[in-house]
Amino acid sequence: MKFRGRAWRFGSNIDTDAIIPARYLNVSDPEELARHCMEDENPKFVKEVKQGDIIIADSNFGCGSSREHAPIAIKAKGISCVIARSFARIFYRNAFNMGLPIIESGEAVDGTEDGHELEVDLDRGEIRNEMTGRVFKSSPIPPFMQRIIDDGGLMEHIARRRN
Amino acid sequence: MEMTITEKILAAHAGLAEVRPGQLINAKVDLALGNDITAPIAIELFRRTGAKNVFDKEKVILVPDHFAPNKDIQSAEQCKILRTFAREQELTQYYEVGQVGIEHALLPEQGLVLPGDLVVGADSHTCTYGALGAFSTGVGSTDLAAAMVTGELWFKVPETTKLIYRGELRPWVEGKDLILYTIGEIGVDGALYRAIEFTGETIESLPMAGRFTMANMAVEAGAKNGIFLPDRVTKQYVKARAKRKYCFYASDKGAKYEEIREFDVSNIEPQVAFPHLPSNTRGISEIGEIPIDQAVIGSCTNGWLEDLQTAAKVLRGHRISPNTRLIIIPATPSIYRQAMKDGLFEVFLDAGAVISPPTCGPCLGGYMGVLAKGERAIATTNRNFVGRMGHPESEVYLSNPAVAAASAVLGRIAGPDELDHG
Repeated sequence: MKFRGRAWRFGSNIDTDAIIPARYLNVSDPEELARHCMEDENPKFVKEVKQGDIIIADSNFGCGSSREHAPIAIKAKGISCVIARSFARIFYRNAFNMGLPIIESGEAVDGTEDGHELEVDLDRGEIRNEMTGRVFKSSPIPPFMQRIIDDGGLMEHIARRRN
Repeated sequence: MEMTITEKILAAHAGLAEVRPGQLINAKVDLALGNDITAPIAIELFRRTGAKNVFDKEKVILVPDHFAPNKDIQSAEQCKILRTFAREQELTQYYEVGQVGIEHALLPEQGLVLPGDLVVGADSHTCTYGALGAFSTGVGSTDLAAAMVTGELWFKVPETTKLIYRGELRPWVEGKDLILYTIGEIGVDGALYRAIEFTGETIESLPMAGRFTMANMAVEAGAKNGIFLPDRVTKQYVKARAKRKYCFYASDKGAKYEEIREFDVSNIEPQVAFPHLPSNTRGISEIGEIPIDQAVIGSCTNGWLEDLQTAAKVLRGHRISPNTRLIIIPATPSIYRQAMKDGLFEVFLDAGAVISPPTCGPCLGGYMGVLAKGERAIATTNRNFVGRMGHPESEVYLSNPAVAAASAVLGRIAGPDELDHG
């Protein structure tokens, strides 16, 4: 799988209230959630994100609540993948389970500025910064989790096992 | 191999003799919990799999506590999804308004979670039950759906950080201050992906309410679970509540820890976490003049009977500041009833507070005390992120119930020592 898009740069400890404020949690419709994604953190983001764009953030991305509305909002907004130095663990699980690609790479975070164009090759675990030409490696995905991705998410993985 | 309590509980539920950190396992869950925000998504996913029934109708628990009693039409629709599903699946543990309490206080109180259990909940503060010596962790709606179908879930065995607390607590210092101080020291990702094991002589004499408060906020340090070694305090709490067998696990002497830290609690004063992270902590003597518009005493962190008793002790004989609102939220109906019987409501009402039915409400900016632009609150809740209690330009300071009560009286953040307690 390959993605290409503009990098939207965020700092450390981007919490789930920043990704999708709780005042919108009285609904679970992905399109409605996407309309408010990151709106308190960066009002420009929600207006200007294009299909395929990439979020690049420092450490502990997605900390706080277990709300799956956070990765749902990001995915429905058109973001192709999230790259961070580290992820909060519930967000990490949720993203995997629902099929939002996420990558841990401190190198890529250090070597990317807001607005840079990135190309991500998930299969090869490579992130290429088109502005600087630098290529970064991401940590490999454990085989067990790769099987969940290959099946199309946790529920599909379970459905396949049940049959 | 020698193991920690977390490793032992995970091994037992995975049917393995031993597990080690980093290992991926499939484990049986004793309980799977959802609330009115996270369960609607899980229920939809459950239906999509084509499964007819949940794995065990006594082990899937639905608790509409976040926006119930329904705050608006949309939340009414979400609660209705839970109610319909609970009836259709004949779930024995669905809690309607009137019986419902804040999930993480309700489950232990009802004896549903017991020592040695493995519990998953689609709510990040599910880690609260670690106070009982259970392994419990927050997951998302997809994980909840998977657990509802199969009764199992995959886990990566976490490494453990052992925290040792020694010394005697100062007056007005309790579990909340220990955990805020700890997060201030290790940071909001100081225990990322790990188990935190809370130990030491201070912990041995800490009451259950304080243990629940500490385990509750383990996730605020990034941890997968926070856990206490069950002891006589645990036994006292569970023996009248348990309706099934339970198991006390202990960490082996030679168990391996990724990190060990020690704290001398005799130096710790009441803590306040400044906006916008729980790790921005300062001692009460170092905060300066911070006027507040609102104080909230409640939540899954500090809505226990002991918390209300502490608040009443501070508030007795005082009126809150005319510039401040005080909202008190008992965490469950039985805490509510007991507080009423004990005369605490009289103290709260005399002080000028309002008493809310059990709900998460204002903690996540839902309702029952949302902040306007520029307003500032002190709260006994667990998070002070940007916009957490309302407007993105409002502020939340976190503290224990005694500090929140004293602050309501003085109209600024202050310790209870500034008041006369006749």
